[in-house]
Amino acid sequence: MQPLPLEVNKVSKSFGGGFSAGRLLPWAAAGAAPAPPRAVDAVSFHVDRGEIYGIIGANGSGKSTLVRIVSTLLLPDEGDVRIFGLDAVREPGRVRHFINRVSADPAFFKNMSTNENLLFFGRIYGMNRRQIAEAAPRILGRLSFEYEKAGEPMSHLSRGQQQKVALGRSFLTSPALMLLDEPTTGLDPRSKRDVQQFIRDIRGEHDATILLTTHDMEEAEILCDRIAFLSRGRVVAEGTPLALRQLVAGERPLDTISMETVFMELTGESIAEDEMPAEAGASG
Amino acid sequence: MDSIRRFALPDASGRFNLVWAFIERQTNLWKRYWAWELVWLAYGVVNTLAITFIAEQVGVVGIAGAEEVSQLVLFLLIGTLVWAYLSAVLDDVSLVITWERWEGTIEHTLMAPVARSLHLIGMALFGIIHAIVRTLLIFAIVIPFFALDLGQADFLAAAVVVGLGSLSIVGIAILGGVLPLLYPERGTQMTFMMQAAILLVSGVYYSVDVLPGWLRVFSVASPATYIIDGIRAALIDGEGVLDLQSTLWTLVAFGVVLVPASIAVFSVAERWAKKTGKLKRQG
Repeated sequence: MQPLPLEVNKVSKSFGGGFSAGRLLPWAAAGAAPAPPRAVDAVSFHVDRGEIYGIIGANGSGKSTLVRIVSTLLLPDEGDVRIFGLDAVREPGRVRHFINRVSADPAFFKNMSTNENLLFFGRIYGMNRRQIAEAAPRILGRLSFEYEKAGEPMSHLSRGQQQKVALGRSFLTSPALMLLDEPTTGLDPRSKRDVQQFIRDIRGEHDATILLTTHDMEEAEILCDRIAFLSRGRVVAEGTPLALRQLVAGERPLDTISMETVFMELTGESIAEDEMPAEAGASG
Repeated sequence: MDSIRRFALPDASGRFNLVWAFIERQTNLWKRYWAWELVWLAYGVVNTLAITFIAEQVGVVGIAGAEEVSQLVLFLLIGTLVWAYLSAVLDDVSLVITWERWEGTIEHTLMAPVARSLHLIGMALFGIIHAIVRTLLIFAIVIPFFALDLGQADFLAAAVVVGLGSLSIVGIAILGGVLPLLYPERGTQMTFMMQAAILLVSGVYYSVDVLPGWLRVFSVASPATYIIDGIRAALIDGEGVLDLQSTLWTLVAFGVVLVPASIAVFSVAERWAKKTGKLKRQG
């Protein structure tokens, strides 16, 4: 049996706490410090090969913490993450060959051009100049990126164009598991449609497995095969969009129940109230 | 599956490609930030002139004779130029994490499948090339200002000292790079303080003999002391590679210990940063 692209088993993570020299001072409050809240709390799920798996949660629900753990940038306090059977904590160097990531903020060397950025990020994934020069225009072209701007500093590009380059950068390395952390946050409607179409196309053509976090219910519904709702660091429901609707429908017709309603009824929270600027998204 | 095909560890050319990625990126950044490079070049020239003219002043007020002044000019000039070189290497390498935080790329660079040792070697090689270019430019610009007597200088020996000494400076710079990893808010300031301490104890503008006894202990532990002494001995006294054996072996010993030790410390610090969530764009 082939190993799954992604298995997350009882993963927990909290920040703060630990040793503090201040607590040794004579005037420091006596007693143990309160345990810090868990950003991710005993989360388990798996993603099948070729699947787009969505994680929906409000600001601070732990989505980005989870993606950073899977990205090998953060060590979990408990639990384990396996990527194609490899332990992401013990073997991060091997795991990194399989993954790439797009975050809400298109992080680039802003004074370097698109071509220079792609050259660097392609090289550190083992590609050479020729491979990058061949693949970059093809991938960016499919994202409706205006390639004549590829020689300009990234800071001259619009937010939408930068995010398209970010998506292109990630797919340039043909990752077997793609981590998309709110990839369309802050994009204009047209750029958003371009990005969503590209994700659908690439999954179909390249057998890519995708973990997608988003605030956008419509996006989750049209892109994802299965969805998990994350609330206060815990997975409160998981299933196909249809199964999640059926879970809360009761006597109501399914077509009258939006995914927003499903989310509110299952988590007691509203995504809309928690819409946030792109910058904060990556730390949520 | 593509990723599985590329899963094997990189061969020699693959490792070179990874190291080259960082040299090429830093070169591209250097070109984009050319105005800052001009500023640092101008600052280096002015600093070199301002300090070396002190030797001329010593002659003007009659404290020393012409020959001693000539020696003092060389002494100070070598000190300022070597410090221009060492500080450029220290800056380029110790800012390995700070650069990524400034640009917002830290997560994307550090999650790539490139061994941290190759990443750091790439940054170090760029730092050395960059520092050599900048220091030679400063030297070329300041030469016409002084009547230098380099008749008995042994340039080969000086180059060997720079080459071997660079290893140990790279080791110290990597240790400096650990600080921004551990302390996102204040780590960069700490690396500059570390540089300042090396400047003080290494005899850049004076012999370490003038330092108080307790500071001289640190001079012995600073590889920069041996680099500067060795270059002065080669260029002022004309000592050759064989004459400088003791200095060269000391620098080799520093390099052999510091480079692997600093890479190991960096890896431990990176793991700690991953545990505490410090590998993020903003502090």
